[in-house]
Amino acid sequence: MKAKQKASDIIILIILFCLAVLFLAPIFIVLMNSFKGKLYISDAPFQFPSQETFSGLENYIEGIKKIKFVSAFGWSFLITVGSVLLIILLTAMTAWYITRVKSKVTNALYYLFVFSMIVPFQMVMFTMTKVANMTHLDNPIGIMLIYLGFGSGLSVFMFCGFVKSIPLEIEEASIIDGCNPVQTYFQVVLPMLKPIVITVSILNVMWIWNDYLLPYLVIGRDYKTIPIAIQYLKGGYGSIDMGAMMAMLVLAIIPIVLFYLSCQKYIIKGVTAGAVKG
Amino acid sequence: MNRNLKKYFPLFVLPTLAAFTIAFLIPFLLGIYLSFTKFTTVNDASFVGIDNYIKAFQNHDFLNALWFTTRFVVVSVLTINIFAFAVALLLTRGKRGTNVFRTIFFMPNLIGGIVLGYIWKLIINGILYRYGVTLTYSENYGFWGLVVLMNWQMIGYMMIIYIAGIQNVPDDLTEAAKIDGASKWQLLRHVTLPMVMPSITICLFLTLSNSFKLFDQNLALTAGDPSKRSSMLALDIYDTFYGRNGWEGVGQAKAVVFFLIVAAIALLQLKITRKKEVES
Amino acid sequence: MWRAKKAVALIVTLLMTASLCSGCGSKKATEIYFLNFKPEIAQVYEDIAKDYEAETGVKVKVVTAASGTYEETLRSEVSKSDPPTIFQINGPVGYQNWKDYCVDLKDTDLYAHLTDKSLAVTEGDGVYGVPYAVEGYGIIYNQAIMNKYFEMGGVVSSMDEIKNFATLKSVVEDMQSKKADLGIDGVFASTSMASGEQWRWQTHLANLPLYYEFKDNTAYDSTVLAGLAANEINFSYSDNFRNVFDLYINNSCTDKGMLSGKSVADSMAEFALGKCAMVQNGNWAWAQINEVSGNVVSEDNIKFMPIYTGVAGEESQGLCVGTENYFAINSKVSEELQKASEDFLYWLFSSEKGKDYVVNQLGFISPFDTFTDKEKPSDPLSKEVLAWMEKDTTSVVWTFAAFPSEEFKNQFGDALLEYTQGNQDWDYVVSTVKDAWKSEKANQ
Repeated sequence: MKAKQKASDIIILIILFCLAVLFLAPIFIVLMNSFKGKLYISDAPFQFPSQETFSGLENYIEGIKKIKFVSAFGWSFLITVGSVLLIILLTAMTAWYITRVKSKVTNALYYLFVFSMIVPFQMVMFTMTKVANMTHLDNPIGIMLIYLGFGSGLSVFMFCGFVKSIPLEIEEASIIDGCNPVQTYFQVVLPMLKPIVITVSILNVMWIWNDYLLPYLVIGRDYKTIPIAIQYLKGGYGSIDMGAMMAMLVLAIIPIVLFYLSCQKYIIKGVTAGAVKG
Repeated sequence: MNRNLKKYFPLFVLPTLAAFTIAFLIPFLLGIYLSFTKFTTVNDASFVGIDNYIKAFQNHDFLNALWFTTRFVVVSVLTINIFAFAVALLLTRGKRGTNVFRTIFFMPNLIGGIVLGYIWKLIINGILYRYGVTLTYSENYGFWGLVVLMNWQMIGYMMIIYIAGIQNVPDDLTEAAKIDGASKWQLLRHVTLPMVMPSITICLFLTLSNSFKLFDQNLALTAGDPSKRSSMLALDIYDTFYGRNGWEGVGQAKAVVFFLIVAAIALLQLKITRKKEVES
Repeated sequence: MWRAKKAVALIVTLLMTASLCSGCGSKKATEIYFLNFKPEIAQVYEDIAKDYEAETGVKVKVVTAASGTYEETLRSEVSKSDPPTIFQINGPVGYQNWKDYCVDLKDTDLYAHLTDKSLAVTEGDGVYGVPYAVEGYGIIYNQAIMNKYFEMGGVVSSMDEIKNFATLKSVVEDMQSKKADLGIDGVFASTSMASGEQWRWQTHLANLPLYYEFKDNTAYDSTVLAGLAANEINFSYSDNFRNVFDLYINNSCTDKGMLSGKSVADSMAEFALGKCAMVQNGNWAWAQINEVSGNVVSEDNIKFMPIYTGVAGEESQGLCVGTENYFAINSKVSEELQKASEDFLYWLFSSEKGKDYVVNQLGFISPFDTFTDKEKPSDPLSKEVLAWMEKDTTSVVWTFAAFPSEEFKNQFGDALLEYTQGNQDWDYVVSTVKDAWKSEKANQ
C-alpha cells in the first residue's frame, strides 16, 4: 500500500514537472531568441543561439532606443501607481458612504456601479476617448481620473461587500468618542479595510499595467505605455524588428515576474477573492 | 451616524461619481445615442434610426466574428476548465513542491495580452514554418493559436480557484466515503464534484466573459488575418470604428449588440449563482 | 493610520502635479502638428522638425501612423482638441472624405511654386491638396544578378531585350530554374499579403489593368476622370493582372503558404540581402533597401523596369508615374496655426536646408520650381525614375486615384490572398473586384 502510494506520488510529480516545463517554455524561448540576431529568429525560433547567430545585448540596446522603453516604463509605472492609489482612496470612501447611508440615491448608485462592471470597453471606446479629449483628460495625469471612473464599478462593489461585513458597533463607538465621520473613516474604518485594499489594489494593478486599448486611444500618440510601445514596434517602422521585439517582450515580462514573486501570496489570495466576488 | 454622515456626500462620493460620470455614464449614454446616428465625430451626428443595426447584421465581417467568437468561447471554456480542474486535482494530491508548481502555473496570467500574443506568435509561426505556412494562412491556425494562448494564460488562474474549492471539501466527508468503500472515481464523481460546484460556476463564467471580450491577444496574434476572418467581436468593432470611413455608426451599433450579449451572460451568471445560494 | 495620511499626502501631490501639467499642456497654441503618412521616413521628419525649431523657434510635432493605419489615425486625431495641422490626402477620393477639414491653399506660396498646377486636388476655384512628391514604381531589379544570369547564357543577353511580358516570363522562369546557380532563393521577393501590406498588389499592380480599361474609354481626357465616372468596371484586363501576379507568386523566394505573413519590409530586405533578383516597388523603397544591415546590393546595380502585363503595344510602356501624396492643412485649427503650417511646408520646399532634406534624405522628386535641375534626388531609384521619364516611353498614369475606397482595395487584396493560397480560383477574384467596385461606388 505504502509503496503504491509512493509510486503514484512520483508519477504525479513527473506529470507536474512536465507541465511546469511546458508552462515555462514559451518564456524561455523568447528569452533565448532575444539574444539572437534579428534575421535568425522567425525561421528557427527553437534553436539555441550559436556562434553565428548570437548577438549579445544588441537587440536590447536597439529595442530600448526604438521604442523608448525607459520612458514607456516610466509612463506605465506612473499611470498604474497613480490610478491605483486614486481608485483605492476614493472608491473605498464612496463604498463606505453608500453602504452606511441608506437612501434611494445610494441604492441607485450602488446598482449603477455594479451595472458598469458588465459593460465591455468597446461600448464606450469611442465616446470615452472623445469625452476625455474634450475635458482635457488626455494626458498621463488625466487618464488616472479616467481609470478611476471606468474602474470604480468593480472597486466600489468589492469594498461594499467588505464594508457590509464590518460590525457597526466599532464605528458607533468612535462617533460617541466625538469623532466626525472623516476622522472615523480614516482612523477606524480604513485600517480595517486593509485586506480588501490589498485585493482591490492587485486587481487594478494587473488591469492597468497590462491595459492596451484605453491608454492607446486616450493618450497613445504622445505617451506610450509598455503595451502600446510593443504594439507600435510592429507597424510603426514599416517592419517588425524581431530581435528588438524579443528583447522588449523580455523586458516587459521582467517587472511582472518580480512583482509576482515578491507578493505572490497576496496576489493569489487577491485574485481568488476577486473571482469569487466578481 | 447615518444623518451625520449624510452631509459628507461631496467628500465621500462626489469625486468618484464625477470621474464615473465622465469616464462611464456620459460615454455610455452617448454611445447608445450614437448607435442610431451617422457620424464621423460626435458633433456632426444625424439620426438614421436602426439603419446601423441593419447594416451591422448584414455585415459579413460581423457575422463571421460572431461565429468565430462563439466557437472560440465554447472550445476555450471547455478546455481551460477541464485542464485547470485536472491540474488542481493533481496539486491537491501531490505532497511535495506543490507551491512551486502553483507559482509556475499561475505566472502567465499576469502577463499582458499584447505581450502574450507576440510570445505565441513567435512559437506558433516557428512550428508552422516547417510546414511552409504561417499563422495567418488560414483562420483555423489563428483559432487554435488563440485557444492555446488562452489556455496557457487562464489555466493557472482557474486552477487556483479550483484548489480553493477542493480544499474546502471537509476531510471527514472524504474519509466517510472511503470507509464506505467508494472508489477514487466515485469519490470524485459523488463527493468532490458536487462540493466544488460553486467554484465551477465561477470559473465557467470567468472564462466565458474573458474569452468573449478578448481583444489584445487577438490583435497581437493575428490582427484578424487572413482577411479579417480570425477577428473576434471586440476586434471587429474596433476595425469598423477606425478602419472604415462612414461606418462609425455601424461600429457603435455593433458595440451595443456586443454589450447586450455580455450583459445577458452576466445576468445568467447572477441568476444561477443566486439559485445556488438559495439551495445551499 | 500614518499610512492613510501618507496616501492622502501622495494623492494631493499627484493632483497638484496634475493641475500643473494640464496647465502646461494647454499652451501648445503655436505647435504645428504634422501627421506623417510614411513610416519608412519617420526619422527624417523628426530631424527636420528639430532643425526647423532650431531655426525659427516654432515647434513641430511629428506623429507617424503605423503602416496601413493612416486613415484610422487621422480619424481619431482630427476629432481631438489638438488635431493635426498638416495631414495628407491621397487624391480626389481621399479629399471627398476629408473635404470638411481641408483649407483652400490657392493663395499659398507652396501652390504658387507648383510647376504643374493640374496635379493639385481642386474643387471649383479652390485648391485643397498640393502634391509634394512625384513618384514612380515598376519592377526593381538587381543588375548584378541579371548579369550573372546573362553570362550563364540565358534566354536573352541584356535587359534591353525585355520589352514585353512574354520575354519577361521566359527570362524569369529560366532564372527560377537556375536559382541555385544564381545564388538566389527565387526571382521575385515575397508577394507581401499581410493585412496593411497588400497595397503593392491591390493598388499599384491593379493600376495597370484599370489604366488600360479606362484608357479605352475615349469619352474622357484622363484615365482618372474616366475612373471617377465609372459606376461599374468590366475588369477587362484582368488576365493581364493575373499574368504578372502568377509570375510573382510562382517564381518567388517564398512559399505561397508563407505569404500571408509577409510585409513589404520583408520583401525589401530579401532584395537588399540578394536573396532575390526582382521586386515590385517604387522609388520610395530606396530608404528601406538602404537601411537593411548586411545589404549586399550596390547602388549602381539597382535598376527599374516597367511592369509588363502582356497588353498589346506595351513595348513603349514606361514606369507608373504619379503622386498620391498631397498636403492638406486642417481648416478646423486657428488661422495662426494654419499660417504657421503653410510657412513650415514652404520652408521645407524652398529653403536651402529644407531642400537638402527633401532631395537627399526624403528622396522626393518634388514638383516645385524652387528646385533647380541640380537639386534632384541622388538615390539610384529616383534617378532611374527620372531617366525613364525622359525616355521615349509613355508613363502609366496613377489611375488608382480613382479607386472608390480603401474597402474596395481591401476586398481586392483579400480575394488575391484567397487565390494565392489556392482556396479560390481566378474567376472569384474577378467577380469580387467587379462587385466591390460597384458596391463601394454605390456607397459614396
